[in-house]
Amino acid sequence: MIPDMSAEILKKAEAVMARYPHKRAALLPILHLIQKEAGCISPGAERWVAGLLGIKPVRVREMVTFYTLFRREPAGAHVIQACSNLSCTLQGAPDLIDYIGAKLGIRPGETSADGKFTLLAVECLGNCDQAPCMMIDMEYHGRLTREKIDALLGGMGAGDG
Amino acid sequence: MDERAVTRFWESENLAGIGVYLAGGGYQAAREALHHMEPAAVLGEVRKAQLRGRGGAGFPAGVKWGFVPASVDKPKYLCVNADEGEPGTFKDRAIMSRNPHLLIEGIILASFAVGVHSSYIYIRGEYEALAGRLETAVREAYEAGFLGGRVFGTDFDLDVTVHLGAGAYICGEETALLESLEGKPGLPRLKPPFPATVGLFGCPTVINNVETLANIPWIIRNGADWFLRQGLPGDGGTRLFSVSGMVRKPGVYELPLGTSLRTLIYDHAGGLPEGKKLKAVIPGGLSSPILTAGEIDVRMDFDSLAEAGSMLGSAAVIVIDDRTPIFEVLKATAGFFAHESCGQCTPCRLGTSWIRKIVQRMSEGERRGTDLETIESAARAMRGKTLCPMGDAAALPILAIISKFKGELAEGLTPSPAR
Repeated sequence: MIPDMSAEILKKAEAVMARYPHKRAALLPILHLIQKEAGCISPGAERWVAGLLGIKPVRVREMVTFYTLFRREPAGAHVIQACSNLSCTLQGAPDLIDYIGAKLGIRPGETSADGKFTLLAVECLGNCDQAPCMMIDMEYHGRLTREKIDALLGGMGAGDG
Repeated sequence: MDERAVTRFWESENLAGIGVYLAGGGYQAAREALHHMEPAAVLGEVRKAQLRGRGGAGFPAGVKWGFVPASVDKPKYLCVNADEGEPGTFKDRAIMSRNPHLLIEGIILASFAVGVHSSYIYIRGEYEALAGRLETAVREAYEAGFLGGRVFGTDFDLDVTVHLGAGAYICGEETALLESLEGKPGLPRLKPPFPATVGLFGCPTVINNVETLANIPWIIRNGADWFLRQGLPGDGGTRLFSVSGMVRKPGVYELPLGTSLRTLIYDHAGGLPEGKKLKAVIPGGLSSPILTAGEIDVRMDFDSLAEAGSMLGSAAVIVIDDRTPIFEVLKATAGFFAHESCGQCTPCRLGTSWIRKIVQRMSEGERRGTDLETIESAARAMRGKTLCPMGDAAALPILAIISKFKGELAEGLTPSPAR
């Protein structure tokens, strides 16, 4: 998988590396590039990045495990990050997270059987004026209600499968 | 007169585009400064304005800039802290999405004052879409000749790079941010040396919050005296308050420092919805100690809140109503800090996870008479015993919740079993 995409990724990675006086500083942005392309960061990808930046693979592994947004296994086609922090909790987030879970037949941390959705209960997303809020992939959705969740997830094919 | 600075023009259509920003007088302050002021004069004006850092610690920005050695044979860096992770805080997101060029102008002025030619905006990973829009604004500034080589046609060069984080609250701590930018896990560094002398890539570095930098163009445009008039003696300017929780009108409110918490909640954020009563308020983000409903006649500035036993922090106000069990606040707080401890210092790594385990067990209905004391002792064991401020950030709010709401929390606790 990595050798196939490396031509494209390599070009982008080299452009990123040029922005920093030390190439290791490009590690985080390059890991983002890879995850965007491949859906997760595999051991093979870790070795590839390590070779590119001239560091040990373990230095890449510790980044992938330290930072919450990196994944070592592929997620569902869409990742739902539902905020479970205080401002959203005050506006009913726990019930809504349960509702989403029941709708998709999964608990937070799991992926639906059809592979369409991964549900995560996460810490503050910095969107507290729109509480309760969640992100689906890169997009924010706020002032959530059960109806709004039905519309959003229904539009993305939840329950079709 | 409109006393707002950072949020002024926010109602304008397409302010995020460089054209609208320029039409409102944008980039004039930076252009004038680069053509007609010495760097030391810019620094002097910011110091005189007594602008205290808007990230949480409240350290005077001009003094921080002054710590950077004037002449060294190493490059100097400016890191913009846009890793807005303190729960309840969303003002930097608002600044960057509504008026990104105000931040970029602040970066130009700060870089010029300190002698920086390379700046990195470290933005939290969850703001990925926003980071893309910020990059668009940066590109517009390059194309206009406001960034890159010969900024505004002068001899000054400046590069700005947007750097996306990947989900770690700790990277809002300035030395953890530097580690992360260098391609390492965000483990805070031991200080000294301070970043002003040994920072990014071992070079002198200034780290400023987004809101701090967004004030700089206004200080240069209107002068330090004007800025001081907006705030308090020794504490210039306005503050962006992020108000959330159980209020009618959650949002970002720019108000003079020293505005009372009661005024903020009831006059600006519309008070609580019908039928709800105020129980408590977290005044400065989740890591600030909680205030009870009887303690809201406090002025919202660094010193007044410190006197009240809390802190202004990131000025994120979370309003809690009487129907919310205080246990929910304890649980959210305990869960958050256990998740976000970087694991470097034992008291924080173990303390936060012990507290979370106890609170989790309590929430499952298994409560012991000694639970609150055990939590308190774990929290006290973290306080002041960690490399970075996170030990205190986790301990102090938990201790405050327990001490102020002991009666409610103790209900349902069974007597300690005999051992």
